[in-house]
Amino acid sequence: MTVVTTGAMQLKPRAMGRLPRLLRTLLPGLSLALVLAAIAALNPRAISYFGFTLMLNLAVPIALATIAQMFVITGNDLDLSIGAFVGFVGCVTATYLRDAPLFGIILLFGCLAIYAAVGALIHLRNLPSIVVTLGMSFVWQGLSILLLPKPGGRAPDWLLAIMGHKPPLIPFPVLAALIVAAIAHFGLMRTSYGAILRGSGGNAIAISRAGWSLLKAKMALFALAGLFGVLSGLALIGITTSADANIGNGYTLLSIAGVILGGGEFVGGRISPIGAVIGALTLALAASPLLTFMHIPPDWQVAANGAILIVVLAARVLISRAGTER
Amino acid sequence: MTNAVRKLLAKPWIWSYGGAFLVWLAAIFFTRGYGAGGMITAALSLAVFTVVVGIAQMFVVTLGPGNVDLSLPANIGLASAVAMTVMSGDDDLVAIGILAALACGLAIGTINYLLIWALRIPPIIATLSASFIIQSIDISYGRGLQIKPPPGFADFTNIQIVGLPLLAILTALFTIGASIVLHRTVYGRSVLAIGQNMSAARLAGIKVGLARFATYALSGALGGLDGALLAGYFRGANVDIGNEYLLASIAVVVIGGTSVAGGKANVPGIWGASLFLVLLLTMLNTFGVSPGVRLLLTGLIIVGVITAAGGEKALD
Repeated sequence: MTVVTTGAMQLKPRAMGRLPRLLRTLLPGLSLALVLAAIAALNPRAISYFGFTLMLNLAVPIALATIAQMFVITGNDLDLSIGAFVGFVGCVTATYLRDAPLFGIILLFGCLAIYAAVGALIHLRNLPSIVVTLGMSFVWQGLSILLLPKPGGRAPDWLLAIMGHKPPLIPFPVLAALIVAAIAHFGLMRTSYGAILRGSGGNAIAISRAGWSLLKAKMALFALAGLFGVLSGLALIGITTSADANIGNGYTLLSIAGVILGGGEFVGGRISPIGAVIGALTLALAASPLLTFMHIPPDWQVAANGAILIVVLAARVLISRAGTER
Repeated sequence: MTNAVRKLLAKPWIWSYGGAFLVWLAAIFFTRGYGAGGMITAALSLAVFTVVVGIAQMFVVTLGPGNVDLSLPANIGLASAVAMTVMSGDDDLVAIGILAALACGLAIGTINYLLIWALRIPPIIATLSASFIIQSIDISYGRGLQIKPPPGFADFTNIQIVGLPLLAILTALFTIGASIVLHRTVYGRSVLAIGQNMSAARLAGIKVGLARFATYALSGALGGLDGALLAGYFRGANVDIGNEYLLASIAVVVIGGTSVAGGKANVPGIWGASLFLVLLLTMLNTFGVSPGVRLLLTGLIIVGVITAAGGEKALD
């Protein structure tokens, strides 16, 4: 029951001191603060309403894709198709959703059904999620190319209006990230079915003995991943205004990195929605604006993501070690 | 006789060969028998590259749940660039170039295991973070690199002996070697034991850390070798040359009958599954389908085959 009742960020209660535990919980926030501090030091003007709107623009779809990945990781699986899926949603958004909205909406709901079906397949046949979702990534990619052989299409006007929204005081991307984090946190950490979903990753046998359907839990987790994948694709096209079959390809790895950066773990249903959003923001900031301000060529963008991941994981090990040695 | 057939059908790898044969039949049925032999020769040449990384991935996957090498595509890309640079088009430097690619892969494998060991993180995350960095190094180092492979090396990757590519024959020998290593050496037995139960293996006195290290190093080195061979076969290095081998390497392991839960490997299945994948693409190409349909069908067929082959039920 510990997994269900304690927060996702906490380690096993044994031998873990209060300070290390606190440090571990704060680690995602600290890494984000560190990246922000570096940006502020390099270019103070970037820390402004306009600067944040610009720097964090692409962070919104990344954060949504990260939350999608987090749902799948909650159930001890991994979704290697989320990037291709976001790309497919993008293609649908820039074509059907504009030209034939009703059909576009039906298509997107169909995607959710396919996601739930993939979850059911993985559970019923006890298949490795890596292989199934890797196969699905080819399916989504193929569909995208069929839909949009050449980059093009155009975002629906209402979507452009939403993504171009300029709220007072708080930059839109920050506001959007806060809302996404709050909704995911409430749904997964504060509701009883959220606890069941996390429990299905933490101790599947216990959840099943308690009378809950593991099949339904897995389908729910995958459908939620599909839902946030759809939102990510919508947000992405709202920013880029047109689509391309390969537009989401980088998101698979980014989303996994974001979940892990945010304090999530691969097994045991230990995840943190707020951490995941913070992780996504950190990656989005460090990969592009920070490197630009440091005059490092964009070739090293991907490496920056890898380096951050390694540094944060190393910090986590040091903190855990300090905790157990106490 | 029926007994022998039943025994053969009970082998998990027979299905992958059956699948490959069916796909080949479908393709030559479509061309009305034209190019049936050529198709096999071409499939054998291309399958070699999948087999080499497939064997690498198989050793890693056999270590148990969560063990997978996601850095193979980036590794192949970087090693192909390293090999071409070192060879610099000179036939005398081929051996040194291949050694350099092997060393490059070996270094990547070592770093992978160091990350797993030092950060105590799942191998998926370790190899993923490593591949981020390798990819950047490759982009920065290998972009615009237009060094052709030495003519001797390029020819070597294309030599055929009575319709059989030399590379395929060598890889077949290598596969037999891998099988012997897996089933007849202390190292191979250790890998299987660790995959079945890591704690039991440790209590039995197996040097778990060393065996895991050796496996990731082996996987890295094989990825490096594959990069060099691919660069020779496709006449040059390329940042994206390894991209398709992430899906391919994992898919052939699963389709070939190796248990994803670890502890049970299947070497012959790697060949069958690789031939199946390559012939599948050949078949779709002969049908003349568009790239979109080809991707779509590849994905659906892989998911379908894995569903049919089935994950075994968890024992506990």
